[in-house]
Amino acid sequence: MTMIAPGPEEVRQRTFPFPARHFLSVGDLDREQVHDLLDLAEGFVALNRQKAKKLDLLKGRTLVNLFFEASTRTQSSFELAGKRLGADVVNMSPRASSISKGETLIDTAVTLNAMQPDILVVRHGASGAASLLSQKVTCSVINAGDGQHEHPSQALLDALAVRRAFGKVEGLTVAICGDVLHSRVARSNVGMLTMLGAQVRLVGPPTLMPFGVERWGVEVFHEMKAGIAGVDVVMMLRLQLERMQGALVPSTREYNRLFGLDREKLGLAARNVRVMHPGPMNRGVEIDSDVADDLAVSLIQNQVEMGVAARMAVLAAMAARLDND
Amino acid sequence: MSGQPIAFINARLVDPASGYDGPGALIAELGVIAEVTHEVGFADLSPDIRRVDCNGAMLAPGLIDLRVKTGEPGAEPKETLKSAARAAAAGGVTSIVVQPDTHPAVDDPSVVDFILRRARDIELVHVYPAGAATKGLAGQQMAEIGLMHEAGCVYVTDVDRPIVDSKVMRRLLAYAKGQNLLVAHRPADPWLCDGAAATESEFAGRMGLPAAPAAAEKIMLERDAALVELTGARLLVDQISTACALESLARAKARGLPMLATCSINHLTFNELDIGDYRTFWKLEPPLRSEDDRQALIDALVSGLVDIVVSAHAPAPAEDKRLPFEEAAPGSIGLETLLPALLGLWHDGRASLLRLIETVTLAPAKAIGLGAGRLAVGAPADLVLCDLAAPRVIDAEKLTSKSKNSAFDGRRLQGQVLMTIVDGRVVYEHGESA
Repeated sequence: MTMIAPGPEEVRQRTFPFPARHFLSVGDLDREQVHDLLDLAEGFVALNRQKAKKLDLLKGRTLVNLFFEASTRTQSSFELAGKRLGADVVNMSPRASSISKGETLIDTAVTLNAMQPDILVVRHGASGAASLLSQKVTCSVINAGDGQHEHPSQALLDALAVRRAFGKVEGLTVAICGDVLHSRVARSNVGMLTMLGAQVRLVGPPTLMPFGVERWGVEVFHEMKAGIAGVDVVMMLRLQLERMQGALVPSTREYNRLFGLDREKLGLAARNVRVMHPGPMNRGVEIDSDVADDLAVSLIQNQVEMGVAARMAVLAAMAARLDND
Repeated sequence: MSGQPIAFINARLVDPASGYDGPGALIAELGVIAEVTHEVGFADLSPDIRRVDCNGAMLAPGLIDLRVKTGEPGAEPKETLKSAARAAAAGGVTSIVVQPDTHPAVDDPSVVDFILRRARDIELVHVYPAGAATKGLAGQQMAEIGLMHEAGCVYVTDVDRPIVDSKVMRRLLAYAKGQNLLVAHRPADPWLCDGAAATESEFAGRMGLPAAPAAAEKIMLERDAALVELTGARLLVDQISTACALESLARAKARGLPMLATCSINHLTFNELDIGDYRTFWKLEPPLRSEDDRQALIDALVSGLVDIVVSAHAPAPAEDKRLPFEEAAPGSIGLETLLPALLGLWHDGRASLLRLIETVTLAPAKAIGLGAGRLAVGAPADLVLCDLAAPRVIDAEKLTSKSKNSAFDGRRLQGQVLMTIVDGRVVYEHGESA
């Protein structure tokens, strides 16, 4: 999988305008567009592995990271992606400042918009927040997670990691395991993986499954061993520990025993299975360290690396669209 | 103008009380209906009488809306009693029952009195207060419902807050029966509904919206029916919205329990998919339901299982609606769109005009003991004249209400109120600024 990093001119030539003004949902893309973005991202993976990582595709552009919810990896991933493409990047975490003064999401966005950013990357705790913002600003909006709805750039980077590990996504069987109900990562990945032709299974207790999930075009399992039997990819989801309060699961101990990923359960998956997790992990709850840290099966570190490349691809395509406007 | 008698000639009279839907004419004089005929006019009309040629438009009793929220007292920028009354007049609604969840709450006879005095000064439509069932609508201590009833409140309710404590609910019903007072309760299991912004469904699941199952309504309705059976009190089931709760209601009514039910025009018109891309004007309480639920609700309205339609008028200013869906205030304004939206069911051939008009006139009048709601000699001259066919595109910005959060924004409807008459006075005339 080593690849010679493309030069700036080559990257520029490969870059194409993003198909939509905003990137709010996996549904904004079709299969062909996803593969084009993944191809573009491949180039950035190679670029990121060399010493000189910087390009000027976003030179003069301003990228604002507007994170109403705490985030380490997504925010730094977008920040690095923007900087490596030459954008000016500003990070805002309005949790502390203006929200406490009664300023609303829209006020904050309109204020920022007046400063003429080109791309607004937003994360917010409410489903639909990114869509709402996109209706009120003139710049492009990238959804970096809206409540329990979507996290499309995560699905793109996961697809990149899977495609690189297996050489394809089509025909693979992927089990997404754990708290699907509260997971925007799961919703985006179901859309992305099924679009790319993978068989998706959702595995978890009924209390952590969304209503009507059996009509999502996936197979649903409430028993972990059956759910991961023979699968190519096991994608674990984070279990938020406050879920214990709402009588969703009895205890972390029982959850770990029944739905946590350990060596024994992993042994039921396909021989060359890969394990993924969007992070941050609750070690010993949904995943054992033993599995998470085993580089022979774990793609978890790789996902972080792919995150920067995938986001560079999105930003580069967004910029190409802005240049064409 | 208030003193001048008015003769409406060449009208289509729709009177659910007598079951008449046909040509006719009517004279309003001294605040009451003085004459009604099934002829198209009157033979020798005195020149002192104002003549209104209806050209075949519908003349019906003015609408009586049992569930209207305003912001007065306490949140006047949302809606005042006056702005709500003007919206009502423009919608052909001649009586409104205002909800007690104000600041302060209507949980004391002095606040009932305040509202009645304000309404009298406004001199537009009839305004009747509903009183809080419990102090501060907190669901614990009974409010002075007997004194409020004396002061003029027409029923008691905690509005959108369910009375969770079954013992409180039981005692409230028992006490209210002793006062011959109607209790209204919106059935919603508080635990299942906690934090919910939508009805539980595949759609809500995909949208990542916290949701409560339809069963939350049924569970509370079953409890309430059991308590009605225990106490014999009259209960108004506020805004029933699900097919499963309708089954419970049908069983309760079949056993002769003294229960009445309302549904909102919103739930008759929209389903959960109207939320679309998190559009907060369609965030309602109860939430919009499935299309199956909507169809069941229409059937129940036609069959008489559901008695009354309300506008569920709930003004919310832009700052309360321009928020992410979960955080946005629920509710839609509805006074001005109630009648044309309801007429949609007649235009679509789902219900007779008589039945639809009954659900917003005679049925609510009977529920709270008003003499209005009928076209009978001696009844109050509260009337609406409506061009049934006039096509309209609703523009929320042009509605009279102070808040513009209309779920009907952009909707194509048929039916234009031409004139609204309260106690024989013209309070609204289409095309004339009020």
